[in-house]
Amino acid sequence: MTTDGPFAETREQLGGFYLVEAKDLDEAIKLAAGIPASRTGSIEVRPIMPTPPIE
Amino acid sequence: MDFETLYREERPRALATLIRLLRGFDLAEDVLQEAFAAAVEQWPREGVPGNPCAWLVSTARHKAIDRLRRAKTFAAKQAEIAYSSETASSPNPVDETFPDDRLRLIFTCCHPALALEAQVALTLKTLCGLSVEQIARAFLVAPPTMAQRLVRAKGKIRDAGIPYEVPGSERLAERLEGVLRVVYLVFNEGYAATSGDALVRRELCAEAIRLGRWLRSLLPSVSEVTGLLALMLLQDSRRVTRVDAQGELVTLEDQDRSLWDRGQILEGESLAEEAVRRGGAGFYALQGAIAALHAHAVRAEETDWPQIAALYALLLRLHPSPVVALNHAAAVAMGERLDRGLRLIEQLERTGELESYHLLPAAKADILRRLGRFSEAAVEYERALRLVTQEAERRYLERRLREVAAAE
Repeated sequence: MTTDGPFAETREQLGGFYLVEAKDLDEAIKLAAGIPASRTGSIEVRPIMPTPPIE
Repeated sequence: MDFETLYREERPRALATLIRLLRGFDLAEDVLQEAFAAAVEQWPREGVPGNPCAWLVSTARHKAIDRLRRAKTFAAKQAEIAYSSETASSPNPVDETFPDDRLRLIFTCCHPALALEAQVALTLKTLCGLSVEQIARAFLVAPPTMAQRLVRAKGKIRDAGIPYEVPGSERLAERLEGVLRVVYLVFNEGYAATSGDALVRRELCAEAIRLGRWLRSLLPSVSEVTGLLALMLLQDSRRVTRVDAQGELVTLEDQDRSLWDRGQILEGESLAEEAVRRGGAGFYALQGAIAALHAHAVRAEETDWPQIAALYALLLRLHPSPVVALNHAAAVAMGERLDRGLRLIEQLERTGELESYHLLPAAKADILRRLGRFSEAAVEYERALRLVTQEAERRYLERRLREVAAAE
């Protein structure tokens, strides 16, 4: 018997990252600090877009 | 016109017919009373019909249909079925086996003469007040398909004259599988509502947990019963953190874990452990164990994803199901590698089994987004949005779609 079920891995796990545009890591951290979850949990900052070389 | 004589003469036959038609004593009695009231008003004016009994039955029946359409709650149908099951078991009118009335009715309704799926669907409809749409979602079929199946199941009971009986304690086991799934699916509808604005319907979760506790008091040594209660307590422990003040969906990673219900987690963890320790961990005990791993992680990044993925692999082997396969893939993506999870989802997609299940494209979109493949993610979010029926989930998916569209 196939049924739906209360599975957190799809219902609650989806998502969980915010995409922000930042000129460098410092700005990205500043933006991440503004996300509500940063007050209670922790947020990992990862580069996902090619960034232009820093002069 | 002597209504008293008419009443006395026609009532028993009309009532017997109605009980058979409506399969409920209380309802039959009530609507027959209403039909008599209508007769008192109409017959002096329009004359007594040729067949008074047939007139009363058909009038009462229409009133019953109207009433059943209106009554959507557990409580509304409880009394009626309680009565019919009591009369069916009249040699032992007082049944000491069951600690709770509703649980007894669920056991009564999960009739072994029906296929398991029909038992569960019909019980959800007649006793738990779930709509055809909600039951269809629970079984991953289209609402018209489910409506047909329900009609067939009712027809089978009617045609075969299957009586609703309270099973004796020695015959609980053969009905347990259906009963467990009924409670699980009532919980599921509360955990993630099919439609409407509220993602979580707490009253349904609370009702399912209450039933789970009664089940455990009835069958304390059955590990699946213990596992189901553990699962529900643990998934429900996060209820206040799963939506924010605006009613928006909050993912596991972003939930404020300090607000999770500690008492419920402790109880759930100990039950989950007990269910698994007994050995032969089944469908519910394994899901309870998975839920315990989430509840155990003080911070999201401490979640033991490899262990969760391993438990899902075991669950999938013991109880193959496309929904379990999808969650296994999500756990693999988190616990091992994103691309491995993505491949599993693509395999599942090719079977076509979950083609109307919005969480498949939603999960796929999520992995693609984490991989930075934004344009492909956008396509999947759009697919998920075409299938989703729940408003908070829709808003969530729209938000994600805007993000990936902006990133392209």
